[in-house]
Amino acid sequence: MSSVTSPPRGAAPATTVRKRGLRRDGFWPWLFVAPLVGGVAVFFLWPIVQTAWFSLTEFGVFGGTTFTGLDNYKTLFQNGDLYKSIGNTLIYTVITLFNVPIAVVVASLLNTPGLRGAAVYRVLYFLPYVAMPTAVAMVWRIIFNGDFGVLNYVLGWFGIDGPYWISTPGAAIVAVSIVGLWSLIGFSVIVLGAGLKQIPPDLYEAAELDGASRLRQFRSITVPLLTPSIAFLSIVSVIQGFQMFDLLYAVLGTTNMNPTVFDSMSIVYLFYQAGFVTNEKGMAAAIAMVVLVLVALATVVQFRLQKKWVHLD
Amino acid sequence: MTTQLSRRNILAGALGLGVMITTAACGGDSDSGSDTAGAGYTEPSADLKAKLTYGVWDQTQVDAIQKNIDAFNQKYPGIEVAISVTPFAQYWTKLQTQASSDTLPDLFWMNGPNFQLYAGGKKIDPITGPVKAGAIDPANYPEALTSLYSLDGVQYGVPKDMDTIGVWINTEIFKKAKVDVPTADWTWDDFQTAATAISTALKSDGIYGGAGGMDGQTTYYNTIFEAGGSVVADGKSGYNTPQSQAGLQFWADLIASGGSPTIAQLTDTTADQWFTSGKLGMYWGGSWFRAALAGTDLEKSIQALPLPKGAQQATVIHGVANLVAANSQNKQAAHALQAYLVSQEAQQALGEAGSVIPAFTGTQAAFTKSMPDAGLQVFLDAVEYAKPLPVSANTAAWNAFETKLLPDAFSGSKPVADVTADLASQMDAALAKE
Repeated sequence: MSSVTSPPRGAAPATTVRKRGLRRDGFWPWLFVAPLVGGVAVFFLWPIVQTAWFSLTEFGVFGGTTFTGLDNYKTLFQNGDLYKSIGNTLIYTVITLFNVPIAVVVASLLNTPGLRGAAVYRVLYFLPYVAMPTAVAMVWRIIFNGDFGVLNYVLGWFGIDGPYWISTPGAAIVAVSIVGLWSLIGFSVIVLGAGLKQIPPDLYEAAELDGASRLRQFRSITVPLLTPSIAFLSIVSVIQGFQMFDLLYAVLGTTNMNPTVFDSMSIVYLFYQAGFVTNEKGMAAAIAMVVLVLVALATVVQFRLQKKWVHLD
Repeated sequence: MTTQLSRRNILAGALGLGVMITTAACGGDSDSGSDTAGAGYTEPSADLKAKLTYGVWDQTQVDAIQKNIDAFNQKYPGIEVAISVTPFAQYWTKLQTQASSDTLPDLFWMNGPNFQLYAGGKKIDPITGPVKAGAIDPANYPEALTSLYSLDGVQYGVPKDMDTIGVWINTEIFKKAKVDVPTADWTWDDFQTAATAISTALKSDGIYGGAGGMDGQTTYYNTIFEAGGSVVADGKSGYNTPQSQAGLQFWADLIASGGSPTIAQLTDTTADQWFTSGKLGMYWGGSWFRAALAGTDLEKSIQALPLPKGAQQATVIHGVANLVAANSQNKQAAHALQAYLVSQEAQQALGEAGSVIPAFTGTQAAFTKSMPDAGLQVFLDAVEYAKPLPVSANTAAWNAFETKLLPDAFSGSKPVADVTADLASQMDAALAKE
C-alpha cells in the first residue's frame, strides 16, 4: 500500500505531498487493494477479534455465549496440559528445524558442478513435500509399528530392540518430529538451491586461486551468502512447527484410540481437542489466542535476531 | 469533489458489506426451534410434493438406502430425497455447524453418544406425532436401543439398525494350540484359561489367545455390565464401585497373564487387525465385524459365541437412528420418510441388502444366513440381556478421560481402584458441567 501512495524519499514537505497524492489518485488505489484488504479483514482480522471475544466466554455447543471473564485462561494456565503441549510443540519445532542445516548440505552437494542426474535427486528430495500428507502419515504408521514395522525390523539387525514408536509416551512425539523433519527437507533444498544459483561463480574461482579448500569455500562463501534463504526457512519452519496438528493426528490417531496422544499433544491439538472433541469452544478460543501470541513472539524474536547474522547485500 | 464523493460511496458500500456479514454471523444465534412441532403429525396424502435431504455417513449403505427410498417413492412420487454422504470423521463437525446455523438436513443419522447433545439443544423434532398417528410403534424395536433415543420422557426416534457384542473365534488357532473350543455357556474363568493356554502354546508364532483394547463398546463396558457395575448412571460416574472395578480388573488380569498383547501393542495394531491376520484366537467384537470376515480365507474357521458370563450375562447394544431436524421446512414429509425407513417392509429390504442388522424385531434372518456355519444367531439372542451403550449429554468429554486414565489400570502400573477413583472424580466434574 505504502509503495503506491508514499512519495520518493527526500521529497520536500512529505505530509502535503502525501495528501495531494491521495487526492489526486482518488479511490483507485483503494479499489485495487480492496480484494486483498477485504479478504484479510473478513477472513483474518475479524475472526481474530471474534476469537478474542469468545475466549472470554463460555460458548454453547450450538452457539450462544455467556461472558465469563478470564475464567478460561485461569483454568488453562492452572492445567498441566497446556505446559505439556507447549513442551511437545517446542520438541517438535527444534527437531524439525534441523531440516535447514541438513538441506544446506544436501543443496550444495546437489549444486556440485558436473553432478550427474542432479535433476533426479532434486525430484527425489522434493517428493515427500508434494505427497499427500495423510498418505505419508499412513505409510509412516506402518513403518513405526512396534511388532511388525520395518523400522524395528531393521533396528533388530543391529541388536536394538526398538520401542513402540507411536504408542510409547516420549517416543511418539520424537517419531512424529522425524516425519516432520523428513517431509520438510525437500522444500528447503529447493529454496536453498535457488539461493545457491544467486552466488556468483567467480567467488569460488577466486577462493580456489587463493588455495581455499572445498570445506573452507562452503564455510566462508556458501553459508554466509545463503543466510537470507536460511533465515526465511527457519522462520517458516518455526511457524509451521507451532501450528503442527495434522501430522500428529494422522500418525498417532485420535484420542479415542491411542492413549499416547494425551502425552504427545501439540498446542494446536489441544485446541482441536477442546473445540471439536470435548465441546469446550470458549476454552478452545483461549488456547487459540495463546497460540497466536506464541507464534507472534517467536516470529518477532527471529526477525530481531536475523539482523545479527543474516548477510544482506 | 467528485472523487471525494466516490470515496464516500465506497466507504458506505464497505460499511454495508460489513453490516451484512455481521448480521449473517449473528443469524445463527436466533432461536428458531419450535417445541410443539412433531405433535400434530398426520400421514401425508400421496400427492405431497417436497424436497428432502438425508444426511448419512456410511457410503457402503447407500445402495440399500436408495432401494428403500425408491420403494418410498412408489407411494409418494412427489417427495424427492437427496442422500448426502459425509465420512464419519467429518460428519460430527459438519453436523454441529449445520445445527448451529439451523441448516440441518431434513432427516439425518444420529448415534447414541451424540444424541442428547442435539435433543437437549432442541435441534431434533420428536416422533410424538408419528407415534400417536400409529406410523411408528417403538415396541417393534429392542427396548434397550429405543431408550438410547429418548430424553426426559420424550422419544425422538427409533433405531434403524442394531449391533451387539460377542466373541469371534478362530477355530483353526484352537486346533493348532490343542485347546478345546469353548461352548456358549462359558464363564470369565473359561475365557481367561483359554486365552492364556493359546498364548503360551503358540508364543513362538506370535499368536495370542485374547485381546483387550481402548474401545469400551467392544471390551470393558461389557465386562463392567457383566460384573453388575455401570459406566454412567443418574448423571454420575459409575466407575468407582467394586463391580465396575471387577469389570476393569478382567482386562488387567488378561494382559498380566500374557493372554493378551499389551495396550501399546494393541494401539499399534488393533485387536481386529490381530484377528484378521490370523494372530488372535478370540476377538471381542461387534456384529458389524461380519463384513470384515465374509469372503476371506478366515471365514470357514469362524465361530461366534456370546460373551463369557460374569456375575451376570450382558452385552452392549447400539444402533443408528434417523432423526428429523427441528428446522426442517418439510417436517411432514420428513417424518413420513422416517417412519417408512423403520417400517417392517423397509427393514426387511435393508436386512437382505446385507450391510447392517435391521432393528425391527423379526427382520434379521438375513444376517444369520450370511455366514450360516458361524452361529451368528448369538448376536440376535443377545438383545434379550443387552444394555444400551453408556452415554450422556457430552459423552465425548468423559470418553477422553477414559482413554487418558484407563491404560494405567490395564497395564497394571496403578491399582484399578486408584484409577477408578481418579476417573470417577474427573468424570463427575465433566458431567456436572452438562
